[in-house]
Amino acid sequence: MTDVSYDRTLADGVKPPEKHEEAPPAAPLTAADGTPLKKKLAITMRRARMRAFLLTAPLLVFLMVFFVVPIGQMLFLSVHNPTFADAMPRTTEALAEWDGSEIPGEDIFALLVEDMREARADRTIGRVATRMNYEVPGTRSLFTSTGRKAARLEPPFKEALIDADEDWGSLEVWAAMKRVSSTMTGSFYLAALDRQVNVDGEIVMQDENRQIYVPLFWRTFWMSALITVLCMLLAYPVAYLLSTLPLKYSNLLMILVLLPFWTSLLVRTTSWIAMLQTQGVINDLMVFFRIIGDDNRIQMMFNQTGTIIAMTHILLPFMILPLYSVMKTIPPSYMRAARSLGATPLTAFIRVYFPQTLPGIAAGTLLVFILAVGYYITPALVGGQSGQLISNLIAFHMQRSLNWSLAAALGGLLLAAILILYWLYNKLVGIEKLKFG
Amino acid sequence: MNATLKAAIAGAVAATLGTMSAHAADSITVVSWGGAYTKSQVEAYHKPFTEKTGISVISEDYNGGIAEIKAQVEAGNVTWDVVDVELSDAVRACDEGLAEVIDMSILPPAPDGTPATEDFIAGTLDVECAVPTIIWSTIFAYDSENMGDKAPTTIADFFDLEAFPGKRGMRRTPKANLEFALMADGVPADQVYEVLNTPEGVDQAFAKLDTIKSEVIWWEAGAQPPQLLADGEVAMTTAYNGRIFNAVAAEQKPFNIVWDGQVWDMDLWIIPKGAPNKEAALEFVKFSTDTQRLADQASWISYGPARQSSTPLIGTFATDESIAMGPQMPTAPENFKNALQNDFEFWADHQDELNERFNAWLAAN
Repeated sequence: MTDVSYDRTLADGVKPPEKHEEAPPAAPLTAADGTPLKKKLAITMRRARMRAFLLTAPLLVFLMVFFVVPIGQMLFLSVHNPTFADAMPRTTEALAEWDGSEIPGEDIFALLVEDMREARADRTIGRVATRMNYEVPGTRSLFTSTGRKAARLEPPFKEALIDADEDWGSLEVWAAMKRVSSTMTGSFYLAALDRQVNVDGEIVMQDENRQIYVPLFWRTFWMSALITVLCMLLAYPVAYLLSTLPLKYSNLLMILVLLPFWTSLLVRTTSWIAMLQTQGVINDLMVFFRIIGDDNRIQMMFNQTGTIIAMTHILLPFMILPLYSVMKTIPPSYMRAARSLGATPLTAFIRVYFPQTLPGIAAGTLLVFILAVGYYITPALVGGQSGQLISNLIAFHMQRSLNWSLAAALGGLLLAAILILYWLYNKLVGIEKLKFG
Repeated sequence: MNATLKAAIAGAVAATLGTMSAHAADSITVVSWGGAYTKSQVEAYHKPFTEKTGISVISEDYNGGIAEIKAQVEAGNVTWDVVDVELSDAVRACDEGLAEVIDMSILPPAPDGTPATEDFIAGTLDVECAVPTIIWSTIFAYDSENMGDKAPTTIADFFDLEAFPGKRGMRRTPKANLEFALMADGVPADQVYEVLNTPEGVDQAFAKLDTIKSEVIWWEAGAQPPQLLADGEVAMTTAYNGRIFNAVAAEQKPFNIVWDGQVWDMDLWIIPKGAPNKEAALEFVKFSTDTQRLADQASWISYGPARQSSTPLIGTFATDESIAMGPQMPTAPENFKNALQNDFEFWADHQDELNERFNAWLAAN
């Protein structure tokens, strides 16, 4: 990455102030029009800065509108859910006063019925029911069916409601209603960590057979790490060849690296399906050459293996290119010098060559890992059931279950994890040392 | 939720789902599930409707669910006029205010004068926003050429890997699969949801699914199962009955349907709230759900019409007159012996937890 101030001076043809010129002179230097040079310089510099800022303004606006704001809104959505409070205003207000020790009295029940009648008329009762169902599974129909009956209910409402469905007499339901009536909520983050609030208000683990997100986060991270390591092992020799072969061959090799890079992701993924599936090219060849029997075809697709192979291939250029750009700058004479001073090829490589490629390795691993953690299409297509990553569950909640708040919370956790990783990386390697190309 | 926020996110979702299609005022956009099913609708509804009214019908495909409708409605940018949805989605769309309420009294009466409210199969007009068109069913099917001398006849056979070895195809959702598992485990059809409503019942269903998990290939789109069977990727697969019928009737595939333990459901038209051509959309819904149109559709695909008066009018397969459509329907008495109606209320209540559990179950190795 280029230094910004260098760019600016290039763009305007103004030289940056040099230190020795700023040393206090005996008499103030003046420009041609008589203003002190120092002041003049400051004005020119400010103008240059303004111009530079205006040049980057479109990008800034673009980033704000299409990147920062939507992500901010999405994160906000993960903690902000006013569905219940909007549709059931009276109950919400009354529940704020309720202490939660026992089933509320007739007055709150009456407000609830009134709210339900209105919500039913406005057709918002379904949203309330859906929101409640996230907290206490099975309560959706409690709201929708009672909503249908609400218009016909007669006081005393407490008895009438409990009569209509005995769940209205359950403290768990009322405690959950109090929780969802608050517009700011952490319950989606709890759900995203396989946790929930029990009837006593304590945070407990989700039932074991419903724990899905934490294991998936782990899987996402270890698979991404594995893919990153595989990419590095494969990319290092290729990048070395690219940077040392004569131009004639290295250009050809570069095209071989770039061609798949330019090919559509979907095409590459689907080709891997054709190659690796049980009736695919590789299995067919192995059967043909009698390496395996026809009924022992190897399952390489629609599982973790498939995801790892396809993603390693797709992300490989992101490792090769930064490595190549770093290796290109290492003079071959260093290695020759090391050898002439008596180092074995291995020692020369480990002590002289390898340390100089570290910035490229650091950049490549960071790039590949972050891309892998958020990968969606490839695992969706080739992952089968065991190769799914957390992004596939986010997509599921965006598109299928419509629980956008949970999707936002999962995305928020992923973002937080990557930021922590970035921070760690900065501590260990130093971001300013990275070279992306 | 604040309105601009919702609109912005909904807009983003709508854009990513690729639903921003242009439309002219003299046409309506009708969205359905694609493949042989959409073809049956185009032949039986769209073409005659355009002929009668001059309004052209743009047909779009989707994969079910109400995510796209929700995204469009909340972004205030509705491009779909009529959508074919499953019952549970119709109920949810209606409850959440995503669909226009339809006055059922405008539906045309049967030819003998029976009002529509009595003509439609009992209970099918209960959703205030949706008009039913077909009864369809999830069944399982096999390729008779690959099956050897013994053929499966009951839902229990689907789960019997010893007697019938080979891969199984199943839809990647707990819906219908849990019901199949319980019925295969000996639970009578009329008690399935009672059992499934208890934690032990859910455990029982998953335990039964466990017995075939290693052999299952999961499908998502309705066109996949006939393809899986044809490719020999699976020995048997669950499928929508109409898709298998079409593979047999139109492509002469040697597939057989096992009707035992079928889980039947309805498809309905809904009009998304704020549809751009609501008037024309209503006309289309009225037109396509009259007695004759529903009977016509049944000659293109083996889904049962939602009107009782349509049943006697069901004829033969549109492109092959030797095939009588009546016996192909899920509701034909011969096929309907051990049938289970999908309980939308159960699924509305429990889909979140069961989806989570199903996903966790899938992800566990």
